[in-house]
Amino acid sequence: MDTKTIPVPGIDATASPRLKLVVIGNGMAGIRAVEELLTLAPDLYDITVFGAEPHPNYNRILLSPVLSGEQTIEQIILNPLSWYEDHGIRLHLGRTVVDVNRRQRVVIADDGTREPYDRLLIATGSNPFILPVPGKELQGVITYRDIHDTNAMIDAATRYRHAVVIGGGLLGLEAANGLAVRGMQVTVVHIAPWLMERQLDVTAGTLLQHSLEARGLKFLIGAQTEALLPAVGVDGVASSRVGSVRFKDGSLIPADLVVMAAGIRPNTLLAEKIGLYCSRGIVVNDTLQTITDPRIYSVGECAAHRGIAYGLVAPLFEQGKVCATHLAQFGIGRYLGSQTSTKLKVTGIDLFSAGNFTGGPDCEEIVMSDPCGGVYKKLVIKDDRLVGACVYGDTVDGSWYFKLVRDGRKIGDIRDKLMFGESNIGDVGHQGHSKAAAMLDSDEVCGCNGVTKGAICKAIKEKGLFTLDEVRKQTKASASCGSCTGLVEQLLMFTAGGDYSAAPKRKAMCGCTEHGHQAVRDAIVEQHLLTVDEVYRTLDWRTPNGCASCRPAVNYYLISSWPKEAMDDPQSRYINERSHANIQKDGTYSVIPRMWGGETTSSELRRIADAVDKFKIPTVKVTGGQRIDLLGVKKEDLPAVWKEIGMPSGHAYAKALRTVKTCVGSEWCRFGTQDSTQMGKDLERAMWRMYAPHKVKFAVSGCPRNCAEAGIKDVGIIGVDSGWEMYVAGNGGIKTEVAHFFVKLKTADEVLEYTGAFCQLYREEGWYLERTVHYVNRVGLDHVKRKILDDAEGRKALWARLQFSLDGEPDPWFDFEKAQVDLRQFQPVAMLTTRETA
Amino acid sequence: MIDWTAICALQDIPRLGSRRVAREGACDVAVFRTADDRVYALLDRCPHKGGPLSQGIVFGDGVACPLHNWTIGLGDGHARAPDAGCTQKFTVKLEGTQVWLDAEELRTLAREPFVSQAA
Repeated sequence: MDTKTIPVPGIDATASPRLKLVVIGNGMAGIRAVEELLTLAPDLYDITVFGAEPHPNYNRILLSPVLSGEQTIEQIILNPLSWYEDHGIRLHLGRTVVDVNRRQRVVIADDGTREPYDRLLIATGSNPFILPVPGKELQGVITYRDIHDTNAMIDAATRYRHAVVIGGGLLGLEAANGLAVRGMQVTVVHIAPWLMERQLDVTAGTLLQHSLEARGLKFLIGAQTEALLPAVGVDGVASSRVGSVRFKDGSLIPADLVVMAAGIRPNTLLAEKIGLYCSRGIVVNDTLQTITDPRIYSVGECAAHRGIAYGLVAPLFEQGKVCATHLAQFGIGRYLGSQTSTKLKVTGIDLFSAGNFTGGPDCEEIVMSDPCGGVYKKLVIKDDRLVGACVYGDTVDGSWYFKLVRDGRKIGDIRDKLMFGESNIGDVGHQGHSKAAAMLDSDEVCGCNGVTKGAICKAIKEKGLFTLDEVRKQTKASASCGSCTGLVEQLLMFTAGGDYSAAPKRKAMCGCTEHGHQAVRDAIVEQHLLTVDEVYRTLDWRTPNGCASCRPAVNYYLISSWPKEAMDDPQSRYINERSHANIQKDGTYSVIPRMWGGETTSSELRRIADAVDKFKIPTVKVTGGQRIDLLGVKKEDLPAVWKEIGMPSGHAYAKALRTVKTCVGSEWCRFGTQDSTQMGKDLERAMWRMYAPHKVKFAVSGCPRNCAEAGIKDVGIIGVDSGWEMYVAGNGGIKTEVAHFFVKLKTADEVLEYTGAFCQLYREEGWYLERTVHYVNRVGLDHVKRKILDDAEGRKALWARLQFSLDGEPDPWFDFEKAQVDLRQFQPVAMLTTRETA
Repeated sequence: MIDWTAICALQDIPRLGSRRVAREGACDVAVFRTADDRVYALLDRCPHKGGPLSQGIVFGDGVACPLHNWTIGLGDGHARAPDAGCTQKFTVKLEGTQVWLDAEELRTLAREPFVSQAA
């Protein structure tokens, strides 16, 4: 095997004051950790990488398309040699590390190369399991693990006829398919009772077998391999190459090539030799340090975290990230394990599984089976949550099911439609697309940022993207409103291979922290934290003052958890909530005064008209929420416009109660059964100035004709002859969601109390930027009903807490001091005249 | 010898915030103050679609544009990856609590109308 070392100009290891990091293993896990480290602390380490293979880091997942001739090796290289040079990484290719002296902290390779280290990262991956049968050392008996094996198979396919693949798992079937595509007659030998028994149930496994048989593959299910026999030449002399496979029952099949794909084992040879504790992998803690030696880290398929050695790429990347933050001496971030899913990369065969798809005690199953049509779906449900899915034939909803499993969302409300997929619950991309595979390259996936399917696929391939976040960053697709997230996830799955999709079990709030929204909120409540800084210090934030995404969230959690105690921080608010107007694309602002229940008077309209004339406001428009919008106001003019109009702030710029839309109601309407306008005014007066995780809209209709469109509001109230019906968690936005019927009420006072209690529950439990529809989906409508309908005292307490929060809250358009409106912002800090600036 | 123009006192700019300097006949300049009282100045115009950076949220040594959330480095005016683009930076002098800008730069830099760099 050829070996080479890339010399690094200008770096003399003996003179360098930098720490030394040695990485054993030049594969996807190890190099990903190095990449993460380089972005965090580019100058902290002199980095040396040992790779046993003679290639730079490549995408091992895509070996199957290489074998079947759909891609070339060049196309799957992730880091070309120039990348190592550019980053000053000393790369030893084709050299196997044979020993590590942990006391002297030196790594020793098979050719005698010695490299000292301060930190060592072991990412040696895994080895294929070789069946211990006679003849396993014959020529033509190979495994399927790397480029070398792939080339051997491609070569064999040009010269030989009969291939036998031992192992009917993911890898074995991809190998068998690739060899068949290249013209060999392939028999798959599988000892378990059905194919891919760890990823599929028996029905899906059998369907898979039938469709692979239709492609010409042969299967020997349950057969036990006894020996590999050499080929016998015409002269009767046994050659050194394999010729046939013999089974326990004495039968014999011809085999010019035998591929062992009977599973993988973590490669812990070196780790065991140097005394690191191994148990189904090198045992590491949540910071990916080996539990034996804290100077030594391990990531990837060789590492056992909480008893699991992951074999999929996304968990390895997650590990790499945590490991890198630790190596960068941030001392933060923990890896907590991953959920995984599986997809077979055989063109034309669609299967997908995730989570616990076999079911068990306490689990329910929803099954749809159409063997003739080649479609099979099994969904496993436990405690009103989807815990597993096994899908064959129609996998467009695989990523959606996986998301439901990961999120642990209650599915009671969509249970009857679950089987029919995401498109049946109105959750589709633009133009109603739900099947990414069927879209043209020129079709737009992301309507907000104008990103086509072709552009996304190209970025995934060329930039080697694996996660939704990476696609968002690189292409902007799904980065704005997020309604096309499902489509983008499908594209990732089809383009990057199914391994992409495993994701951390708990989602961090943003890149500044490992904590999720719930954890941050819990800490604020439990530890009585009162300032943004205090939160950042207590929770070990990675950045000194957060970012534009986490600071507004933390600020909201503080003021909603500790009203009258925590100080609002204007600098942690988005501009609209700092200037109390809505910024427009040209940097001007819009002003929407409050009109209680959508009702106005001639004097209000006169004042508005006067302000429009006086300040030359270019556009006046009626909004969807029955208010009047003045657009194109200069920032300097805002306070004067507010004063001129003399109406309260409409909060149309804020994550707060916006409007209460009403119909005319019983006062005028001949069909009206209730005074909806008065009800709307009362609701609006009771709850205006209410900040919330996101904007909140109400509507009140006076009869079931529902002219105020109460069915798509956060809270919708519909008058009926005997009282009021209350609906919650509707949404007319990106995805129209019809509100759930919540309760029937008799009096207007009850409407106020129940609406207030629902809003307060949402304020206390909703995550920042989560609309009521998403909040209720996450916690389940049952939970909300328990808290508000079944618990009268709890409901009254919620309503009381909301009233306490709102009591004495200032109108930011008039009470500047109390609302902390910094008036200096409306004027330039300096005005330079033409003389000074020209 | 730089000809300095007095702009404002440090306290006139909120911590983790910004104020704008109006230039007659030319685009505003935004002055920023970080948590640790460093002061930077950039043209008040995001290289993406011209958003007023002075209205953004300041964090670390960057500012998030209020229109589409691009992050612009305060020190160099460069958009943070993966976005690409650059806005004009201005030299700042902080002397005691007095903030100064370079008069020559204020007179000459970025006087032309805005052309979006975004495709």
